[in-house]
Amino acid sequence: MPKATVFLLLTTCAIFLTGCADPNRDAVKIGMNIELTGEIPAVGASSKNAAELFFNALNEQGGVSLAEGPKKKVALIIRDNGGKADQAASVAQQLISSQDVVAMIGPNSSACAIPAGEIAESLKCVMISPWSTNPKTTLDQTSGQPRRYVFRGCFTDPFQAIVLAKFVTNDLGAKKAAVLYDVSSEAPLGQATLFRDTFTAAGGEIVAFETFTTGDKDFSAQLTNIRAAEPEIIFLPTYYNDVPLIAQQARRLGITAKFIGSDAWSSPEIIKLGGADVDGSYFCNHFSTQIATDEAKKFIADYTAKYGQAPDDVAALTYDACGLVTEALKAGGQNDREALREAFAKIREYKGVTGTFRFEPGSGDPIKSAVVLQIKDGAFQWVTNAQP
Amino acid sequence: MDYFAQQAINAIQLGSIYALIALGYSMVYGVLVMINFAHGDVFMVSSFFCFLLLLLLPVPFVAALIIVMLATAVLGVALERLAYRPLRNAPRVSAIITALGCGLIIQNTTLSLSPYSQRMPELFVPVTWNFGGVTVSSLQLLIIGVSVGLMIGLDFFIRRTRYGMAMRAIAQDRITVPLMGIPVNTMIALTFAIGAALGGAAGVLYASAYPVISATMGVLIGWKAFVAAVIGGIGSVRGAVLGAYVLGSVEVFTVTVLPSTYRDLVVYALLLVILIFKPYGLLGRPAVQKV
Repeated sequence: MPKATVFLLLTTCAIFLTGCADPNRDAVKIGMNIELTGEIPAVGASSKNAAELFFNALNEQGGVSLAEGPKKKVALIIRDNGGKADQAASVAQQLISSQDVVAMIGPNSSACAIPAGEIAESLKCVMISPWSTNPKTTLDQTSGQPRRYVFRGCFTDPFQAIVLAKFVTNDLGAKKAAVLYDVSSEAPLGQATLFRDTFTAAGGEIVAFETFTTGDKDFSAQLTNIRAAEPEIIFLPTYYNDVPLIAQQARRLGITAKFIGSDAWSSPEIIKLGGADVDGSYFCNHFSTQIATDEAKKFIADYTAKYGQAPDDVAALTYDACGLVTEALKAGGQNDREALREAFAKIREYKGVTGTFRFEPGSGDPIKSAVVLQIKDGAFQWVTNAQP
Repeated sequence: MDYFAQQAINAIQLGSIYALIALGYSMVYGVLVMINFAHGDVFMVSSFFCFLLLLLLPVPFVAALIIVMLATAVLGVALERLAYRPLRNAPRVSAIITALGCGLIIQNTTLSLSPYSQRMPELFVPVTWNFGGVTVSSLQLLIIGVSVGLMIGLDFFIRRTRYGMAMRAIAQDRITVPLMGIPVNTMIALTFAIGAALGGAAGVLYASAYPVISATMGVLIGWKAFVAAVIGGIGSVRGAVLGAYVLGSVEVFTVTVLPSTYRDLVVYALLLVILIFKPYGLLGRPAVQKV
């Protein structure tokens, strides 16, 4: 390419880029650090859809009303973290340092949210993870104290483990359980060990405790071990993309035990990919469209009208995370990170579409209820509620 | 006893899939002394070819296998013609970087067309037999049968036919062989075609056995098949097959005697031990430095 052409191209790019930045100059900038590609793209897609639904509606009403000054529009800056921990950390760095966002929503998976939370904490910017249930997300790894700037929009794994252990023992009457999980991914690892401990404490027996690593597609060796141990249920705290292959291989080996899952199952993709093999399985979740409140019904109707499918729990939780950030912006007044953090930490109760959030002073983890769902005839069916 | 028999069947099934992919690495290395790192992604794309084919028209298994193998062979030849041939006399590292780049291009193209995992329609409904606690499905037998058949066919082709002889000659001395009237470019393209077609067969078998396919699945399986080729002696066709079955067995039987967390540790420790005692792999021959 001749030099002149290159120069022209570069200048056009530069003009184009500066031109693009203009509409955002006066807006409140909120970053999204989500899993649009990689192993769990359905999670990122739901998150993006819900946030766009929330802020488009807000902007149509003139934007967010800050404590002082006129209403301001919200500009969403959406970045893909590829579902990878290192990429999530660099996206967090980029959103906070160069895009200058006032708050960051996401990442959703714990593997991504833990390192991104570390960046948010060190750069003093509010981050809220809609879906990460691992306790480490909101904890400072060195001091063991809660992080000041990191919040989440969902219950945590210790609570989920208790809900599932109780459900399996009391409602299903199972005494012997097997566990198969991804040892290299943060959320499954935590959920597996917590379930083992609470299930054993409740009088159950873990007859097999098997692992695999991210990217594995053949589970036959582990499943043959599990078959020999004759469990009544198999707990699979893995993401929705791994469950179908595990279920299919288990059924082909003649294992008839019921599968039990964590909230990592919640994408409808699991039904599409798993088919008959996952039918009859139970899992713990944040949200069910079948027991929706009036606000939730409006959200479900709007979401379904816009995207042609009902919202899954990541969508609902992201919607609530957006609501929490807006709530804090209203109280925090200025478009300022420190003020926003203070306002966020003062929220005690928030009514969202996934239920009521209660925050204890000094903690970024809300206390909220869970639901148990069953996959039945190609849909998620509500089974029971679990209160904290 | 039935427990170990079951695990043995699991190991052979896994080893057969690894073997078909490992052959692609080994053949190309044998002829060109080049590691085709795009091969894992070629395998992945072949699964998607199979998926698309079944969406468009529900053909029987044999037809699907042949069509996908042909389509993947075309992709392999295209890669060689467009990306590798211009670099044939460039430093070896350029070719490796190009191969990695091609792999990424294939992977990300697939990712942009299908960001979500796809459920493979069933090629046929497998029958499951139970022999005293050992479960064997017709699909497992098919996978093992097709793999072993293709490998025997390849071995025959390389050792008994004129084309095979030409390939072995190029592997020995690429400079002198054209003087004997052997069309080197055609033979190299043929090597890529066969290697890719075997990867395509693996893609079809794999997608039937593990019916959730995604754009990133070629990475890990590709690496493992490469490891299998190295264990067996990269460049050696029989070595690749042996290495693949060794790898499959070690992976499965580690899980039967140790906690499953140790699996990858044992596999890669074994690789290191083999390379210490047999630096050229189990069946590899030492490379002679040509003057």
